[in-house]
Amino acid sequence: MVKTIIVKILKQAGTFAENKDIARKIRIETIEPTLNKGLGIVIDFNGVDAATQSFIHALISQVIRDHGVEVLESMVFKDCSETVQKIIEIVVDYMQHDDKQTQ
Amino acid sequence: MKIYLPNSAFIGNIDSFLANFDPSEPSKLEITANKSWLSLHPLVLSMVAALSLKIEPSNIVCETVEAKSGHYLVAMGLYEFLKIPAPRHMSNISTHESSGRYIPLKLIKDSTELSSFLEDMIPLLHLDDVPEKAKAIRYVIYEVVRNVFEHSGAESGAILCAQYFKKSNSLRIGIADTGMGIKESIGHSYRTENDIDAIKLALTPGITGTTKKPGGTEQNAGAGLFFTKSIAYINRSFFMMYSGDAMYKLRMRDPHKPVNFLNSNPLKDNHSLRTDLPYWQGTVVGVDISLDDTDEFSRLLNLIGAVYSGGVKDKRKAKYKKAKFI
Repeated sequence: MVKTIIVKILKQAGTFAENKDIARKIRIETIEPTLNKGLGIVIDFNGVDAATQSFIHALISQVIRDHGVEVLESMVFKDCSETVQKIIEIVVDYMQHDDKQTQ
Repeated sequence: MKIYLPNSAFIGNIDSFLANFDPSEPSKLEITANKSWLSLHPLVLSMVAALSLKIEPSNIVCETVEAKSGHYLVAMGLYEFLKIPAPRHMSNISTHESSGRYIPLKLIKDSTELSSFLEDMIPLLHLDDVPEKAKAIRYVIYEVVRNVFEHSGAESGAILCAQYFKKSNSLRIGIADTGMGIKESIGHSYRTENDIDAIKLALTPGITGTTKKPGGTEQNAGAGLFFTKSIAYINRSFFMMYSGDAMYKLRMRDPHKPVNFLNSNPLKDNHSLRTDLPYWQGTVVGVDISLDDTDEFSRLLNLIGAVYSGGVKDKRKAKYKKAKFI
């Protein structure tokens, strides 16, 4: 079984995760190095009530772009509220567009 | 520049207020007002305050406001912002009544100030008892103000204010900047003929001024304004965006028609356009959020999700992956 690292969002982003500068920092300092080492990552949203699309985009879009959609096999989202889960699904969906379907 | 504060200016009837704005002589600002009554959307105050940022207080002339409701200008911090004294008969009015549900004019310059402002805002507006609405309001303000930082090039930042209106049970928000405007900003990635085409693009999901790549850049996906417009739409509220000589206004949707989907094309919503307005150097956004018990934020996200996911799962079944939740 692949070793996993847990990153807790609440501590850095608060109960309403909106600041995409913080999201970018988490991605660069924790998510990307973990995945680059071949480890799995658990992104723990416990206590986070809501997040903006900007936050989730800054957190995971570049990871999906760099590693391909297969990276979702190594990335798990834990204890997401309904709002957070839906926004993650939106970002994951549009990162799999290869044309301008929404325009 | 000359700006006239009429007796009534809300998003629904904002056109005549905007049409009367005179942007000539940008080193001076002359403010006049209706003598009997002032009932104004916060976006009007945000615009006046934004105009004043580049002008010496000595070049600002504000006619003595005689309207009884003129105390609103003091409460919202307009005189303080303009750095000119309030009329003597209003000088005892407080700008921070604890029972009031409003946010006086505020200049937000960076992301740290924005985060701290958002933390303080919900209790200030007494929104603790409507958490779903509080989420939507926080969301809207974050996305619009952040857009100012990232796309407007406005050195002075974003000006905003907001007020709760009891009669309509709605929160009205106005955000203005004096940056490069949408046409120039979106023009970094898309060629547009005029201001209204640029506004239409800015409201379309997946379009950002930072890149033409599907999915956007690592920091921008071109979704913020679409989310904002959608929040207003689903709440049966007004939304407007004014930049250059053009304005897009989302009108209230029919309350009897259920919302089963969202339009990614802003022109398919009930809207009006103007392309003949006095030139606004920068961008103004006005949003009304109804606090009535309508659709929840999570339902809005379902509808937005449907816009983005349309077709992708079927088209690329072999490769499509879902996020994993535990």
